[in-house]
Amino acid sequence: MLLDVRSVTKTYPGAERPVLKDVSLSLDRSETLALTGESGSGKSTLLHLVGALDGFEAGEITLDGTSYSQLDEAGRAGLRRGAVALVFQQFNLIPALTVAQNLAFHARLGGAYDPDWTATLAQRLGLADLGSRYPEQLSGGQQQRVAIGRALALRPRLLLADEPTGNLDEATGDAVLDLMLDLVRDTGAALFLVTHSERIAARLDRRLHLGSGQVA
Amino acid sequence: MTRWAFLALLSHWRRQPLQLVAMILGLALATGLWSAVQAINAEARASYAAAASRLGLSQGPTLTSPDGTIPSDTYVALRRAGWQLSPVLEGPIRLGGRTLRLVGVDVLSYPALPDSSALSGIAPLDVLTPPGRLFASRVTAEGFDGDPRLVLSQDVPAGVVLTDIGTAEALLDRPGALSRILVLPDQPMGLAPLADLAPQLSLSSPSATSDAAHLTDSFHLNLTAFGLLSFAVGLFIVHGTAGLVMEQRRPLFRTLRALGLPARHLTLLVLAELLTLALIAGLLGLVLGYLVAAALLPDVAATLRGLYGAPVEGGLTLRPLWVLSGLAMAVVGAGLAGARGIWALVRLPILASSGMALRSVASGLGARHLALAGLALILAGYLALRLMPGLTGGFVMLAGLLLGAALLLPLLVDACLQLCQRRAKGPVAQWVWADMRVQLPGLSLALMALLLALAANIGVGTMVSSFRLTFTGWLDQRLASELYVRAASDEQGAAIERWLASRADAVLPLRSAEITLAGQPGELYGVADHATYRQNWPLIASEPGVWDRVAAGEAALINEQLARRENLWPGDTVTIAPDWTLTVAGVYSDYGNPKGQVMVSIPALVAHHPEVPNRRFGIRVDPAKSEALARDLRQSFDLPEESIVDQAALKASSLAIFDKTFVVTGALNVLTLGVAGFAILTALLTLWTMRLPQVAPAWALGLTRAQLGRLELCRSLALAAITALLALPLGLALAWVLLNVINVAAFGWRLPMYLFPADWLRLFLLALIAGGLAAALPARRLHRLPPAHLLRIFANER
Repeated sequence: MLLDVRSVTKTYPGAERPVLKDVSLSLDRSETLALTGESGSGKSTLLHLVGALDGFEAGEITLDGTSYSQLDEAGRAGLRRGAVALVFQQFNLIPALTVAQNLAFHARLGGAYDPDWTATLAQRLGLADLGSRYPEQLSGGQQQRVAIGRALALRPRLLLADEPTGNLDEATGDAVLDLMLDLVRDTGAALFLVTHSERIAARLDRRLHLGSGQVA
Repeated sequence: MTRWAFLALLSHWRRQPLQLVAMILGLALATGLWSAVQAINAEARASYAAAASRLGLSQGPTLTSPDGTIPSDTYVALRRAGWQLSPVLEGPIRLGGRTLRLVGVDVLSYPALPDSSALSGIAPLDVLTPPGRLFASRVTAEGFDGDPRLVLSQDVPAGVVLTDIGTAEALLDRPGALSRILVLPDQPMGLAPLADLAPQLSLSSPSATSDAAHLTDSFHLNLTAFGLLSFAVGLFIVHGTAGLVMEQRRPLFRTLRALGLPARHLTLLVLAELLTLALIAGLLGLVLGYLVAAALLPDVAATLRGLYGAPVEGGLTLRPLWVLSGLAMAVVGAGLAGARGIWALVRLPILASSGMALRSVASGLGARHLALAGLALILAGYLALRLMPGLTGGFVMLAGLLLGAALLLPLLVDACLQLCQRRAKGPVAQWVWADMRVQLPGLSLALMALLLALAANIGVGTMVSSFRLTFTGWLDQRLASELYVRAASDEQGAAIERWLASRADAVLPLRSAEITLAGQPGELYGVADHATYRQNWPLIASEPGVWDRVAAGEAALINEQLARRENLWPGDTVTIAPDWTLTVAGVYSDYGNPKGQVMVSIPALVAHHPEVPNRRFGIRVDPAKSEALARDLRQSFDLPEESIVDQAALKASSLAIFDKTFVVTGALNVLTLGVAGFAILTALLTLWTMRLPQVAPAWALGLTRAQLGRLELCRSLALAAITALLALPLGLALAWVLLNVINVAAFGWRLPMYLFPADWLRLFLLALIAGGLAAALPARRLHRLPPAHLLRIFANER
């Protein structure tokens, strides 16, 4: 088992009720999992916890045997640099860097930069000719392909995707999703994808529904 | 409708209190520094005017002589012809260790005597007969307040001692001499014209400006220029913030317009808001300006008294004109800062996208366009100097150079950052340099403010230090004698001269008369024919055999001020009196003296001015024996301590006056740099909300908040360092203009330019400190930012 989320509870400061309550799930290597749920159900919060971006008050998360509750901030940052990669709905590329620099950035940060692999990714994602452009010069679909390439250039063990096609039209979204699923399978990474769409969720190995802070 | 729309506009400040603080404080600082300088100038000018008015100098026409002295026989002849006149004799006098201006008047006819309270209890005979009475203000009387002749009177201006003309004749040792004659208002009918009775005298009309006001004009102009620079630096803060506020409120403007608020109405509301802020900031600025002016005025007053002999009190009065001009500057400043935003608001299409608007903040007008405008300004400044030589052209050139360089800055900094980015190896370093380039448009105005402040510091610092170095060397040349002695009378002077003949290597008489040179107050000095002058006198231009020709009475030396003002150089002729013209054989530097000066041989001086006292002497003696000689001299002639001054003491006091002159400049330098540091802080804080989307992805990809905080600090330090490096050539160019254009036009002397790398290093470190301090708060905030806030960047955009 790659990821184990056990009885995790998370309450935001000032909130009356926990956003996640006693949530448990697991994910095997190379497995793809879709997490669906209504707005405000806690999907993104769970994804952020798994991505070591935020803390929780109860329960435990382990990735490949590494317990999150044992990690300090530097340790969590190290996990994000080396094992986990993220793809956001709004792409969140680094506006100051070119496409080529964005693609390589995460892998170089994690010390796992492979120029050949990054070039292959750029080729397969249709970005080979856009390397010198800046994010603001790209369309939404192109930006999301850069975000996916940036994440996979690291060869992460776990790829987290938060509504990766939510900001794209259906045709572009489908094309981007096809590419992402192909590449995830090729790299052997596990995929934990948050989505509203039942149609997208149906394309992954497994799906879970989150309602009122609990996995149904 | 108006009320609710206005409340909606004001709601922005509740959410962005830092922007409100930056707007108000920026404008207050700009107004404050400007107002401080204006308050100092207004106070000094009011003092000159009051002094002139109190002494009756501006109350009526005055008769003067081209050579500065009117024989009392002429006065008597005019009185006998029926003219109602009042004679005045004035000159410098040493009292209480200071040089003051002694004004002797005929107390029976003088139209502006001190108030009756000062005269009450004093018998008129006491004033008219020896030892007489000396009227002076409390400030002036410091140092000789034990003198039994002293009568305190606040009606007498600072730096002036008023007395009866008989007493003045004795104290100045100028019997039968008058400086000028006041023509009283009421005259009998049928008098012979003054021009017929005394054709050698000239009648001048009452003038609003006194000698002091004329002589100190340049000093005040320099202060005003510095005040304007401080105002411009402060305005950069407001301009940056105002632009950001307008951009951030675009969605609100569009919503209000969409809800039916007419564009004109909305614009008026924004203008009303801007005016309110300007008035609040203006009042704050006035308070700040008053405090700064009150702190600086005593030093300025001391400078003006010491350097120009201008009468300025140390106190500050709140003047309505000053308050109004301060508020007006705040309103003008706010208008300038908000003009671009308001113009954009007037033309705002309701359906414009906010994304475009935000990008336009980030890119500004475009570094290239700014740079082109900057080059045009520099060129315009250069052309202005060619077309308008002198002070005005010099200041226009300075303004063009400084503003032009500021506009060039974004392009130059971007080029530096691009170079660093190319050379960077690691991903973080690459990102940091690239991110700075993205951040640059938002910080440009603050960096421009820093550039101007640093350049002003380097430029003015180089000028002052060059001046000091030159001045010190010049003092060494000029004060060649080991001792300087002042006798109480001509008789004592002659006795001292005889006594010294066998005890000193040489005795050099120092004799001078006040004259009018080319229509302005001037000095005529007699110079002995001695190797001391031939070897040491600081000549900057001369003809062959200069000293022989001066000694023979065929030629004169003039000081640099007179040479530049009247364009007189070796070979030209100078008119010393209507009947006395000499060839200029040489020009000498004469720093710190605002008046024109001519030097002739002592026999020539005495031939034309037999009344000149012979009481001051320079004594050449073996330095090892000078102390003993001074002691013997004091004992032999019962001379008071201050009558003999050694060279070192004289140099020390000259340097002390020099240093005091630039206290104000130094203080304004530090304040301007402080304002620039504040500009960076406010820019970083106001850009804070725009920064998070740029740093949050880096955090998500594995950088810690502590790393991000440290990098934020490094960015600010790097930008400050690049700006400081670019400020160096600009500062040196500024120094060159100050030394070679402004100083020559304002003071009449040109100085060599020296370089002071240690000062540059100190300033570079100061710039780093300013940049570091400015970034410390945002860096700390980033370091301590809860992850939930960073996550909002990803969540909010859903």
